Amino acid sequence: MPCTRNLLSDRRIWSHPILTFKRGRKVKFFFEGREVEAYEGESIAAALYAIGVDIFSYSIKLKRPRGAFCMIGKCSSCFMKVDGIPNTRTCIEPVREGVKVERQKGLAEIPTNGGESDVEDEEVLETDVLVIGGGPAGLSAALATAKYGLKTVIVNEHFKLGGQLLKQTHKFFGSKDLFGGLRGFQIGEELSRKVMGNPNIKVLLQTVAYGIFRGGWVGLAGKNKLYRVKPKAVIVASGASENFLTFPGNDLPGVMGAGGAQTLMNEYGILPGDEVLTVGSGNVGLIVSYQLLQAGAKVKAIVEILPEIGGWFVHAAKVRRYGIPILTRHTLKAVWGRERVEGATIVQVDEKFRPIPGTEKDIECDLVLIAVGLTPDTRLFAQAGAVMRWVPEAGGPVPLRTRYLEVSIPGMYIAGDASGIEEATTAMLEGEIAGLSVVTKLAGPKAEVIERREKLLKFLWDEYRASPLMARAKAGKESVTVSEEEMEEIRKWNPPFVSFGVR
Amino acid sequence: MGGEMRKHPTIICRCNDVTIEDVERAINEGYTDLESLRKRLRIGMGPCQGRTCIPLLIRLLARKLGKKPTEITLPVTRPPVVPIPLELFLKSKDVGGERK
Repeated sequence: MPCTRNLLSDRRIWSHPILTFKRGRKVKFFFEGREVEAYEGESIAAALYAIGVDIFSYSIKLKRPRGAFCMIGKCSSCFMKVDGIPNTRTCIEPVREGVKVERQKGLAEIPTNGGESDVEDEEVLETDVLVIGGGPAGLSAALATAKYGLKTVIVNEHFKLGGQLLKQTHKFFGSKDLFGGLRGFQIGEELSRKVMGNPNIKVLLQTVAYGIFRGGWVGLAGKNKLYRVKPKAVIVASGASENFLTFPGNDLPGVMGAGGAQTLMNEYGILPGDEVLTVGSGNVGLIVSYQLLQAGAKVKAIVEILPEIGGWFVHAAKVRRYGIPILTRHTLKAVWGRERVEGATIVQVDEKFRPIPGTEKDIECDLVLIAVGLTPDTRLFAQAGAVMRWVPEAGGPVPLRTRYLEVSIPGMYIAGDASGIEEATTAMLEGEIAGLSVVTKLAGPKAEVIERREKLLKFLWDEYRASPLMARAKAGKESVTVSEEEMEEIRKWNPPFVSFGVR
Repeated sequence: MGGEMRKHPTIICRCNDVTIEDVERAINEGYTDLESLRKRLRIGMGPCQGRTCIPLLIRLLARKLGKKPTEITLPVTRPPVVPIPLELFLKSKDVGGERK
């Protein structure tokens, strides 16, 4: 593989066996002073990757090249100077006609031309419910609260609603009620349409919740405006971020989170690499490897440190059918290349996961996919002082919650991957359960609402999570779910400094 | 800035360029909890606010101390939990209401 590709190469996928990518109109923008093209609807980072730009910045101290990594606004690898503003997360910044994008080299300077900014005055938002996060859990939650007449504000960091559903191209299992038969992105689009069209829901895109404050105020920050909200209930559905690994060269452009690669490939129709090494044989590693294959890449191998494959048999069988070797008891020793990945060295491990000297093997590749799980994004709960517990099965520290998904901060609810790593179906179920719990609390118990919530809870715990395939996730969630009485006891010992709504 | 082919550091904190050697050295110097490692190395205090590095750091620290990752005390989380432009605070007119 050549180590750098020509700028103005095209990594967009123009023919795909099952997907057709909808692209917006062509726009022109500037990269390092040079006019380049993109399609409306793409993020700046995606548009640059598509034309062969691997390096977005050089790091602050070691001046290391950095490129696409998480692609969903969680890490800092895609920071660039956009129209003079440094540290812009280009993976969640839409490309626009004429926008000027430059690489950052080292620590960015504070822009001095502050005169022309369009910062608006802070606004107080009046609402019953605040939903944080516009993925499957947040959208389902907002639809549930709005359905029963509660005024709902939903904030979303990205410029599009739908969260990680937008990169899920597989068909969902289950009944029609659970969107069975639809592909993930179709579900995302449908939920987004319903939310956008609901008169009780106000949608704030490219807006983040930056903190929870005394008196039950929540601070929100949009692109050019601050908001403060004092909702009667908050539902946090902030999702998760991808886990990383430590090996030499782990920050080289071309080392990418499996989810990041999926965003490029499935959401934007851009091939993340030609020759791929996948690390981790869980479902995500297996599915993304298969999708890469479909999109035209060559997957050289999947390495797995454990003695057995982590994901479901059905997915493993699929990649094996296409001749992709799954190397168990193997790990990544190092990644090499000049300014981007050119290859990787793998090594066999013994029973104690120690590398066995002499078993190293070099694999030429331009993409190393890291598919080693996710960590729930629970920082707002930690900041608000919710009682948390570290649960390995849930993926990290998560707040204790009742069956109805209220945490130890009264009036604060949790749903989706933030509550412990599962997948989109459970996120939608939890979102609706949290939403209905808020309805019950704010509008009083209605038979219809309670009935629906009980039906969802029963399905979630007794049917969906009853499968042995869900055993680990279920155990994780069980260990942090407490009764209402236990929660009252927890609050006695850990008095919350903030609460939402009337108690 | 032309990099070398095979000589790369192992980065734990991408935001602040903290390597695994930096962390191991600091642990050996006696910085054996997440709070003091953050203060010593600025690890986890960059714009991603520890979303990539803190889970890695917890595992590394646990291994070095012979503990379980679940036994490591988590660092304090303070607002803003996401980086936002300072300009917003400087230039927007305060609307009153309760003090933050």
